[in-house]
Amino acid sequence: MRTELVWLALLMGAVTYPWRAIPLLVPGMHRLPAGVRTYLRFVGPAILAALAALNTIVVTDAARHTELHVGIEWVAVGACVLLVAVRGSLLLGLLAAAGIAAFARALG
Amino acid sequence: MREDLPALTNPSDLPPVATLAEVVASRRRLRLDSLGMVASGIGFGLVYGLAARAAGFSVIEATAMSVFVFAGTAQFAAIGYVLGGFSWPGVVLLTAFINARHFLYGASLAPYLSDRPRPIRALMAHVLTDEAYALSIAHFRRIGRGDERGYWWAAVVTEFIPWNLATLVGAIVGGQIPDPSVYGLDVIFPASMAGLAVGLIGGRRELVAALVGAIVGVSVALAWDPAAGVLAGGLIGPAVAMVVPERLHAH
Repeated sequence: MRTELVWLALLMGAVTYPWRAIPLLVPGMHRLPAGVRTYLRFVGPAILAALAALNTIVVTDAARHTELHVGIEWVAVGACVLLVAVRGSLLLGLLAAAGIAAFARALG
Repeated sequence: MREDLPALTNPSDLPPVATLAEVVASRRRLRLDSLGMVASGIGFGLVYGLAARAAGFSVIEATAMSVFVFAGTAQFAAIGYVLGGFSWPGVVLLTAFINARHFLYGASLAPYLSDRPRPIRALMAHVLTDEAYALSIAHFRRIGRGDERGYWWAAVVTEFIPWNLATLVGAIVGGQIPDPSVYGLDVIFPASMAGLAVGLIGGRRELVAALVGAIVGVSVALAWDPAAGVLAGGLIGPAVAMVVPERLHAH
C-alpha cells in the first residue's frame, strides 16, 4: 500500500501543532495584562461568529475561490441561533437546522 | 441570555468557583451540545475518507492525515492541492496559513488550563479544533474555571474519535457513502458555531465582537481567502469590542 503521503501528513501536522501548542505551553499565558485578557475574552464570540457566517454565506471551490451564497442554509442557521437564544438548547437548534435543510432539499 | 462572566482565570476576575453540582450540570450540557457535532463529524469524516481515496490516497495516507493533521478544512484543501499537483512545500505553507486561527484558540483557553501539567497540555494542543474550542470555552465560562475532563470530552470523544473512525470507514467503504447534505448534516457545523457564539454573548461588547467578526470574516473571505477571513474576524472583532463601552449611561 502506498505510504508516500504519510510524510506529507506529518509535515502538515508539524506546521499545525505549534499554532495549537505555543499558547498552551508558553509560561505566563495565565498572567497576561488586563487589556489582553479582556481582548481574549472577545475572541470566542468573534471567531465562532466568523466561522458560522463564512460557512453559511460563502462557498469555496476546490481552487479556494470564494463567492457569496444565498440558500436555505441561512434559514437553517438562523433558526438554530433563534432557538439557542430563546430556549437555550443547542441540540434542539441543531436538530431544527438539519431538519430544515434536509426538508427543503427533499422538496427540491 | 446569561449574565456577563469574566472569561479568564485571573483569580480576582473569577466568579465564585462552581459547585460540584454546577460542574456536573455543565458537563451534562456539554455532552448534549456535542451530539450534533458528533453526527456532523462522522458525516464529513466519511466524505473526507471517500474524497481522499478518490484523489488517489491510500487508506493509510487518508488515515494519517486525520491522525496527524486533524483539521478538516486543511485536510479537504490538501486533497485539492494534491490533485492540483501543488509542491509539498506549497501544501505545507498553505496548511500553516489555514490553521493559524488555532493560535487564537490556544491563547483564549490557556488561562483555564495553565494549572495542568505541561505534558497534558502538550497532548491537549494536538486535539484542539474549532469544535473542541467552541464546546470547551462555553463549558469553562459556565463554571468559571478550566475542566480537563470536559476538554477531553469536547476534543476527543466529540471530534477525534468520530472523525478518525469515519475517515477510516470512508476510505475503506468508498462509494457507498450517501451525501451528508441530503440529511442536512452540512449545516450542523455553521449552526453549532453560531449557537455556541450566542451562548458566549453576555453583553454588548461580546455582541459587537461577534457581529464585527462575522462581517469582517465574510468580507475578507470574499475578497481574498476563507482562512484569512476567519483570522481577520477573530482578530478585528475583539479589537472593535474593546473600544465599545460596557453599557450606555442614561443622561
